[in-house]
Amino acid sequence: MSALDTDIAHLLAGALVLVSFLLLYQDRILALLNFFALHACVLALSVAWQAYVQHAPHLFITAAIALLFKGVIIPVALYRIVVRLGIHRTIEYAVSPGPTMLFGIALVALSIVVMMPVTAAEGAFVREDLAFALSVVLLGFLMMVTRRNAVSQVIGFMSLENGLVLAATGARGMPLVVEISVGFSVLIAFIVVGIFLFRIRERFDSVSLEALDMSRGESS
Amino acid sequence: MSGTVASLALTGLLTVPGCGAVLLALIPGYRVSAALNVALCALTLACAGLLYTHRPEPSLYLLVDDVNTVFLVVGALVGFTTSVFSAGYIAHELQARKLTRRDLRFYHAMYQLLMFAMDLALVSNNIGLMWVAIEIATLTTVVMVGIYRTSAALEAAWKYFILGSVGIALALFGTILVYLAAQEQLGQGMVAMAWDRLATSSARFDPALLNLAFIFLLLGYGTKVGLVPVHAWLPDAHAEGPTPISAVLSGLLLNVALFALLRFKLIMAGNSAVIAPGPLMVTLGLASLLFAGLMIYRRRDIKRMFAYSSIEHMGIITLAFGLGGPLANFAGLLHMTMHSLTKSGIFFGVGYVSQLEGTQRIADIRGLTRSQPLLGWLLVAGVVAIAGLPPFGVFTSEFLLVTSTFARSPALAIVLVIGLLIALSAILLRLQSLAFGETEKRHKLEAYRLAPMALHLVIVAIAGLYLPGAVIAWFRHVAALLG
Repeated sequence: MSALDTDIAHLLAGALVLVSFLLLYQDRILALLNFFALHACVLALSVAWQAYVQHAPHLFITAAIALLFKGVIIPVALYRIVVRLGIHRTIEYAVSPGPTMLFGIALVALSIVVMMPVTAAEGAFVREDLAFALSVVLLGFLMMVTRRNAVSQVIGFMSLENGLVLAATGARGMPLVVEISVGFSVLIAFIVVGIFLFRIRERFDSVSLEALDMSRGESS
Repeated sequence: MSGTVASLALTGLLTVPGCGAVLLALIPGYRVSAALNVALCALTLACAGLLYTHRPEPSLYLLVDDVNTVFLVVGALVGFTTSVFSAGYIAHELQARKLTRRDLRFYHAMYQLLMFAMDLALVSNNIGLMWVAIEIATLTTVVMVGIYRTSAALEAAWKYFILGSVGIALALFGTILVYLAAQEQLGQGMVAMAWDRLATSSARFDPALLNLAFIFLLLGYGTKVGLVPVHAWLPDAHAEGPTPISAVLSGLLLNVALFALLRFKLIMAGNSAVIAPGPLMVTLGLASLLFAGLMIYRRRDIKRMFAYSSIEHMGIITLAFGLGGPLANFAGLLHMTMHSLTKSGIFFGVGYVSQLEGTQRIADIRGLTRSQPLLGWLLVAGVVAIAGLPPFGVFTSEFLLVTSTFARSPALAIVLVIGLLIALSAILLRLQSLAFGETEKRHKLEAYRLAPMALHLVIVAIAGLYLPGAVIAWFRHVAALLG
């Protein structure tokens, strides 16, 4: 594996972390959807590159699924839901974007500090890849806790799944990657989109979790 | 001959609930599907029982060993009795118009899918497959918790979904790290995910990678077990879902997650250079015990109170397995079995109580021993059992655990005893107003409906008075395997 191969892999994985930051910063739900589509596309590129470098053709399937499902179908479906529900204006933050970004930087630093020494024996290729993947996962968590809107929490969760896919493809020759990561993220996305949003809408005509927070099980 | 029986039993264990889920999704009538649900669970129980005596050859994907047969048999038994309870419970919910026929069709299909996922998680030899199975189990319970579609049920399901996915994501990251550590030594591919190979050759793995992996796995699967910093989904999910699901959650799903954790603990145990997983598990277990014990005091919702009691008991079991050693492991296994049976039995009773009284608020429920004596006294027996008082089996296991802790680290034992006493007094205090006191109400309930609950409590009582030699030998053997 040449140095250039590794550099390109790092470039793509680094780009995924960057798009995660862009996701954190978005304050409009439609822009958030666009950036999520971009996130999925960068992931697809990154996975495709890994497939090419590792000579693992099955990973091309993972890349294709990431591109088609997460890059096109899910954003389009969410777009329709958001427009139909008329919630395409703003996102309510639980924490404002400034501190969130700073916290995100700290999380990336943390994942580098944690992962680098542990995977020192693995060679540059796997090492940086895992550090980037953990960063994407942690930024996904951060997004899920800093947003109050159900749709943006789902997007946070899917960006987190993207980080997991990146980690799984980076681990050389890991079996079940296609099955585990992509199949389940799609399933989860469908469950969320299909069941929850529509059920929440049935009840509240809104997908804001604040409406749900009114009803703590023990308030009565 | 015994080989074919064994492989048939293993196939049956997975295909019966798997095909059953599809079948139940197709059948519209709820009476037929409820009966079929019971029959399928009985078949699964029979298969699990056969696996106790006949073991198939392990493959790269599936493995039946002494450890998971304990979990399988307990799980299949609770699954079966819960399906019996569920048949009566669900009919009432349909009459009360809380659920529609379409909901019930969905519910029964999901029930079998959940059984399938839990059996698969238990018999899988592949850490990736185990993860997939636990993920399926989580998703099926998420949609079942939300089945009433009330605002509280939706909030509970959403919270469960978010926290459950976070947990499952952490667990997957940990699984990937374990694979990375293994593939250097075992080579790429399925071999490096087969649990039996991992456990036997973990001495050669990179300790730093294993350490990091275990932290992720502990937090990830610990979320599913309901250990304290990551337990928040559990009380809501128990309180807002249908009661049979609360019973299955407490009696089964928490155990399956704990089983996954134990599998990884054994991988860690094979490597002498890694951090000891025991103290981490002891800390989380103790935190869960103390926190949940205190939380039981102020609960106003009866199902929520017993959900906190489940956190408390999962804490005790995690602590026991964290301590390790033959005696503590034995106590942990026994406590797990007793807790599964007792807690699901209590939830059967609580399900009827909330249907008869029309509320889950503790303040509104009074004098159950007068209004419905059989149910009331069974509930009293269940609560006495779960509080850890003799003559029930929970007392035996807690006593064993306390004595073995005293022998090893007296300071820890004192904290453990304090935690147990807090929880005991809290739960007995609540029982006082629930079971006794004046009430004019008189409820009608056919006695046979209480059979599953009575069966569980009788088993727990027998185990407390006299534990058969065969069971002792079986558990002792498994305890030795758990290190």
